[in-house]
Amino acid sequence: MNSIKKFFGIIWMLLGVGTYGILVKTALTQISIKPTTDTIVQWSIFVIIFLPITIGFLIFGWLAFKGAYDHLPSSSDEIV
Amino acid sequence: MQSISEKKLIRKVIFASSVGTLIEWYDFYIFGSLAPIIASQFFPKTNPTAALLSTLATFAAGFIVRPFGALVFGRLGDKVGRKYTFLLTLVLMGGSTFAIGLIPGYEKIGFLAPMLVLLLRLIQGLALGGEYGGAATYVAEHAPSNRRGYFTSWIQTTATLGLLLSLGIILITRKSLATDPSDSIRVFEDWGWRIPFWFSVILVGMSIYIRLKMHESPMFTKLKAEGKTSVNPIKESLMHKANLKMVLLALFGATMGQGVVWYTGQFYAQTFMENTIKIDFEQTRTILICAIVVATPLFIFFGNLSDKIGRKWIIMVGLLSAVVLYRPIYHQMISVASVTDSQVDNSKSHIDRVLKPNTGNGYSLQNTTTFTVYENGITEKKIHVDTLYSSGIEKPQLADKVSKELPTNRYWMMVALIFLQILFVTMSYGPIAAFLVELFPTKIRYTSMSLPYHLGNGVFGGLTPFIAVLLGTMYTGDLLVGLWYPIIIAGFCLLIGSLYLSNKTDNNVND
Repeated sequence: MNSIKKFFGIIWMLLGVGTYGILVKTALTQISIKPTTDTIVQWSIFVIIFLPITIGFLIFGWLAFKGAYDHLPSSSDEIV
Repeated sequence: MQSISEKKLIRKVIFASSVGTLIEWYDFYIFGSLAPIIASQFFPKTNPTAALLSTLATFAAGFIVRPFGALVFGRLGDKVGRKYTFLLTLVLMGGSTFAIGLIPGYEKIGFLAPMLVLLLRLIQGLALGGEYGGAATYVAEHAPSNRRGYFTSWIQTTATLGLLLSLGIILITRKSLATDPSDSIRVFEDWGWRIPFWFSVILVGMSIYIRLKMHESPMFTKLKAEGKTSVNPIKESLMHKANLKMVLLALFGATMGQGVVWYTGQFYAQTFMENTIKIDFEQTRTILICAIVVATPLFIFFGNLSDKIGRKWIIMVGLLSAVVLYRPIYHQMISVASVTDSQVDNSKSHIDRVLKPNTGNGYSLQNTTTFTVYENGITEKKIHVDTLYSSGIEKPQLADKVSKELPTNRYWMMVALIFLQILFVTMSYGPIAAFLVELFPTKIRYTSMSLPYHLGNGVFGGLTPFIAVLLGTMYTGDLLVGLWYPIIIAGFCLLIGSLYLSNKTDNNVND
């Protein structure tokens, strides 16, 4: 089970980069099709708001790959 | 076993926390429920779709700032205390809601109007970001360990009940502003929409009074007395690898899926009924109200069940049901409201014309309402307005307003389809407060649980109606294209949650 968790860590990292790339590409395409304020604002919001989330997803994938989720803490002493 | 005084205390705690949280959700959702009217009042009317999108963007802005509220008020809650923090969020929410109801329209003060609306909407988002984590933490820290799922599930009902309250107040106000129903609607769209915003002040006042009488959480009081509160909760939540990994797991393995399921079942469903399959405004609201009323006790049921069998698999089954059944459910919704295979019943169809005479403006309005009754019982109502100038020139309205009224059998079928979607909400949302509380230690609990909750529920979930509508405008050939967003997000969350989350309940939240 732990090796599956680690393997999927790589998938999450690739997925994070790929999905964000698609988002940016779609945003640029939509803005070039209809360069109005509304379109620019909407797509800029998406690109900005999903950047930190994507970084979080990459960290999640990295931690999974490194085995950080092989064992989950059973008490708060393991967290702080 | 709990003593009678302990039982009384926990009931008071649940009541004080739930009422306040319910009011905050009410405040937050009246804005969303009145999006089209707010668009016409505060945004330039050149294009109705652009106006609606602008409002939804403002709506989304309310959601996007929620994680920032989680950080700001979470930090305060972990340093100063739960009680005073969620009192502050209540005051901010109530004040900004009331103020939205006072802002003059775009026609009177120009761009200042949408700017003020946006500012107040951002304050609402910040306040909500601080509220939920505080209420859930406060209840969980009072609850006995074996009943935490049950007690916190009362907090979980508040988001849905807040939506219910907002729909109810809007419907009542819309109907009671004049004796003639069409006049009442007109008055509502003119200024009556402000009443639900003003009403908030009474609710918030009551809730502040109740909450002021409550004491601080015993766990936090003990922590503070021992001088063990966190010096920098944000840093400890996000910079310590051991805690950060749990924040990320909570977000990607539970809250992002739960968020999209929540907003699809209760918001996108409403938008879809009203804008895509054109069901009448009032029927849309009452369908949602009926489904919510029947489904709400299930939050408590699944919260309680999670105390017995664990939280994880209840949440995962909720997500799985949504992923598998959303498209069939929405196909069925289209079919229930469809008139394409039905003949027109000419004996019941009719046309009404009402002339609203010239009141000194130099023109009269002629409303022509065509009622087309189909053999399957659906009545299609088309309203056409002509402006008749005294000079004799007629100017037709740009677009006719079309809506459908469902007959009783189809109405209840639609209620059942919405109920199914809310059932998935109750499974994925009912146990989640207890699940989040148990993931994090007391000294950084408020901050640590609020952040993944508001990123998942606020950003992923809150953007659902907006992204779904946007997908619909990009790919016009498929009416259900908007569903791919919640299906994909819930699908990944299901996979991550199933793989990485533990079903073990952490009974000790005192540490």
